[in-house]
Amino acid sequence: MSKKFKIVVLAKQVPDTRNVGKNAMKEDGTVNRAALPAIFNPEDMNALEQALRLKDRFPGSEVLLLTMGPGRAAEVIREGYYRGADGGVLLTDRKFAGADTLATSYALSMAIKKISPDIIIAGRQAIDGDTAQVGPQVAEKLKLPQVTYAEDIQGFENGKLTIKRRLERGVETVQCPIPAVITVHATAPDCRPRNAKQLMRFKHARTISEEQDNEHNSYLPLNTKESLRIPEWSVSDVGGDEINYGLSGSPTKVKKIENIVFQAKESKKLTSAYEDINSLICELISSHTIG
Amino acid sequence: MNNIIIYIETEGGRIADVSLELLTKGRSLANQLSCKLEALLIGNNVESLSEELFLYGAEKVHLAQDKRLEFYQTLPYSAITIELFKQEKPQIALFGATSVGRDLAPRVSSSLMSGLTADCTSLEIGGHKEAKSGKEYNNLLYQIRPAFGGNIIATIINPDHRPQMATVREGVMKKEPLEKAVKGKISSIDVSKIVTDSDFIVQIIERHIEDRKVDIKGSPVIIAGGFGVGSKENFKLLYDLASVLGGEVGASRAAVDAGFAEPARQIGQTGVTVRPKLYIAVGISGQIQHTAGMDQSAMIISINNDPAAPIHQIADYAIIGDLNEIIPRMIKSYKQNSK
Repeated sequence: MSKKFKIVVLAKQVPDTRNVGKNAMKEDGTVNRAALPAIFNPEDMNALEQALRLKDRFPGSEVLLLTMGPGRAAEVIREGYYRGADGGVLLTDRKFAGADTLATSYALSMAIKKISPDIIIAGRQAIDGDTAQVGPQVAEKLKLPQVTYAEDIQGFENGKLTIKRRLERGVETVQCPIPAVITVHATAPDCRPRNAKQLMRFKHARTISEEQDNEHNSYLPLNTKESLRIPEWSVSDVGGDEINYGLSGSPTKVKKIENIVFQAKESKKLTSAYEDINSLICELISSHTIG
Repeated sequence: MNNIIIYIETEGGRIADVSLELLTKGRSLANQLSCKLEALLIGNNVESLSEELFLYGAEKVHLAQDKRLEFYQTLPYSAITIELFKQEKPQIALFGATSVGRDLAPRVSSSLMSGLTADCTSLEIGGHKEAKSGKEYNNLLYQIRPAFGGNIIATIINPDHRPQMATVREGVMKKEPLEKAVKGKISSIDVSKIVTDSDFIVQIIERHIEDRKVDIKGSPVIIAGGFGVGSKENFKLLYDLASVLGGEVGASRAAVDAGFAEPARQIGQTGVTVRPKLYIAVGISGQIQHTAGMDQSAMIISINNDPAAPIHQIADYAIIGDLNEIIPRMIKSYKQNSK
């Protein structure tokens, strides 16, 4: 009998900070969020592909997405469906607001306990914070081993996954028993494209909140079929100690935020003299463009 | 108790630069806080490295040695670190933002329920007054880092949790040995009391050096060369600048066709489209086929000895001159001015 896995993919909806063009900053130097579309965090997409490849190799396995965020983050679950996932859960509650990586990891770990998967796969980091902390912190909360920077989940034998890791100066291959938390590096293969049949089948998948929002929207079908309902979980669904959620569960606080001001500028001409170059480099350092 | 502990990373029998940079920074923080600077060194046969740690100001080296600890592994290394922090209660703990530090530090912070800030570009000491409660804090660690793709700079504090933990990338802080090593102590950790067999359930079966695939799309800084760079040898200068600034090297089609750079680096209509924070165009004339792939960059610097080259039109800064003079000056200036 072939092995079947229950796999949870942790995915986050993020503002697309990579494509910061010149219009991404407002004139006062603050971030123009409207110019930054919300996207499926890129490395979480690599993580989803690794999960789908396991499902290809071990038919009957199940791939579920778990995302935490506001109501609109249900888009992450739909995107997962389009690419071959079997379902997902949106973790959403006002009590999660203000969570740092530790409070986020606590919430995700509580939801994972409820799902009870064999393997948890996440992107290494999200592009809005670049912390790479949530994966290892979720692993610690669940008291599971972690394998970070995975590039390829190569196989499963004798109860252990063989995983290739990408480090700064080389690669490392490890064997890890399951259950385990794996974080996937950007050098892993890209995610497969959307599947047209899945797209047609799941484009009307909705959370209850989305249905309620769309009650007056006539072209969307009312009363989503039960099979197309995206579950929404709140603190009361996953349990745990409320003090560990949101702001109160976050040891780190933001003291100050400083926007990087990009001035509208015209071309400045410089010579190759050291003074010119030195003042340019100093300017780039002080504006945090480099360094 | 309540000191600063730096996690020391080793590779191939030597101490990673980032750890020495953190000791240097830790020294000035310890001075400001009037506390001691200590190091945590884990590995196999690493005791002799302590001398170098004393030279960088560590007054005590917490040493964990065992033959099973030859290579970094998450579970045994984090078990040792967590246990030491529970005993010593450091007020600050710093780690390199390397693949090791970024694997270890979050695991430790989660276990201790202490806060952690990744990839800090600056660390300072300062006070804080809580707006709601009016409670005042002195001598907190300001953990300063870019966020939101580098578009904002955030100052993070951990008012109520210890240790205050942060990771810092290699090359961000200055590395400066003392003129004379401090007379430090070595404090041995009894590894067998902390680490159990179950901490070794993840096994390393192979390690080797393998070059990373080229990823210019994801790089925040790109140094791109054109036909005007002149030769494959001259392209080395671009690689030097890229490694100093933490960027990648790109190329125009003409430079790729001439064999100066590999096709994976080609930027433009027939290559990849990039939008980095900083794009430095070296010896690139600025044909539309090239600029279509980079003109959305947040900042563009052009280096070209032809004042009439069209690339200067779209550049924020146009440097007219010889790249063989300009690039070494940029490297020199950056090394002098970066922290």
